[in-house]
Amino acid sequence: MVAACTCQRDKRNFEPYPMHGFANPARFLRLAKWLTPLLLVSGMVVTLAALAWGYTTAPPDRLMGDSVKILFIHLPVAWLGMGGWTAIAIASLVELVWRHPLASIAARAAAVPGAVFAFLCLATGSIWGRPTWGTWWVWDGRLTSMLVLLFLYLGYIALSSALAREGSSSRIAAIFGLVGAINVPIINRSVVWWNSLHQPPSITMGKSMIDPVYLYPVLVSLLGFSLLFGAVVLMRMRTILADMQAEARLRRKAMQAAEGV
Amino acid sequence: MTGGIKPKHQRLVLLTIALVALIGAGLLAAWALRNQADYFYLPSEIEAQAPEPGRGMRLGGMVEIGSIRTMEDGVTIRFVVGDGEASVPVSFTGIAPSLFVEGSGVVAEGTMGADGIFVASNLLAKHDENYVPRELEHMTTDQVRAQIEATLE
Repeated sequence: MVAACTCQRDKRNFEPYPMHGFANPARFLRLAKWLTPLLLVSGMVVTLAALAWGYTTAPPDRLMGDSVKILFIHLPVAWLGMGGWTAIAIASLVELVWRHPLASIAARAAAVPGAVFAFLCLATGSIWGRPTWGTWWVWDGRLTSMLVLLFLYLGYIALSSALAREGSSSRIAAIFGLVGAINVPIINRSVVWWNSLHQPPSITMGKSMIDPVYLYPVLVSLLGFSLLFGAVVLMRMRTILADMQAEARLRRKAMQAAEGV
Repeated sequence: MTGGIKPKHQRLVLLTIALVALIGAGLLAAWALRNQADYFYLPSEIEAQAPEPGRGMRLGGMVEIGSIRTMEDGVTIRFVVGDGEASVPVSFTGIAPSLFVEGSGVVAEGTMGADGIFVASNLLAKHDENYVPRELEHMTTDQVRAQIEATLE
């Protein structure tokens, strides 16, 4: 028994980490260096092409008229607003369980673009709501839960950057990221559980209530915005890593200078 | 001999249990809110439990086909909101949103009158989950498919 325990302890130190293939920032940075411009350029091209396609070819909706075209922006940013927090939650889980060093950086990097998308979702929805529903804002389940998501993002950004500034454990932010994930299924189900002014989902598993003339540009636009999201996350991860390296170097220099005197 | 669980797996199990409990609690709370968090009441809910007259509330449902009538003063409209089971007559004075048409969804803010007519102070049009171009509106699904196939050829 005793032998087994020591063996276990020894093994822990030399355990091969399959999840840690990209733990070494050098390897990640090599990958990110060519992936970032690739995602950025393809994201810009695909997004612009999808929007140009949608805005020039889509006919007016039978009830909403031309204002239906805001769908090409509203739906992708709404999905990515929720997708951003899903990414934070997955990265937080990886950090807490596998202690992967890049996970907290990835979560921090996803928070700002996620918050921007959540804000854009609320803004475009509000602009769309005025001519169609007859109001800029209502406190129904969908709109309120989406606003809560924006506030969660702002709280997460403030918390994680404060922890990073003070050098405290990023696990506190990871727990917040996991707890906040409960809001994502609530946003998704809000229009099903509760009577809301927002319509029920148009796209469910393998089924769409959106006519193909609107659906295909929306899906291409979603792909384009997703590529842009990936590019921004990689850019921010590289920035955070560079910041950490610069700070470590400064600290080392300061220590050397102190020893030299 | 296995010699206990790896700490990594222990963390995974503990976190999974915590997450399941958290999501369960959250969904339970959301489920419990289902009546309070409703943005509006359906006509059948109003029929089942009549609201006290004069209390502010919202009524939502479909504008029944052929029910919109304009009163003599030209700005007041009367229509019937139904949900397939029950219906409530509504009176509204003002400018209705452009999506407010017969057979479409509506949310009316106002009070229930003692005479059983809902007096709306504000109308919100509710869009459904269908996005259809004007040209395809009166076609059946088969006609639409034929039209799309014709354009693809």
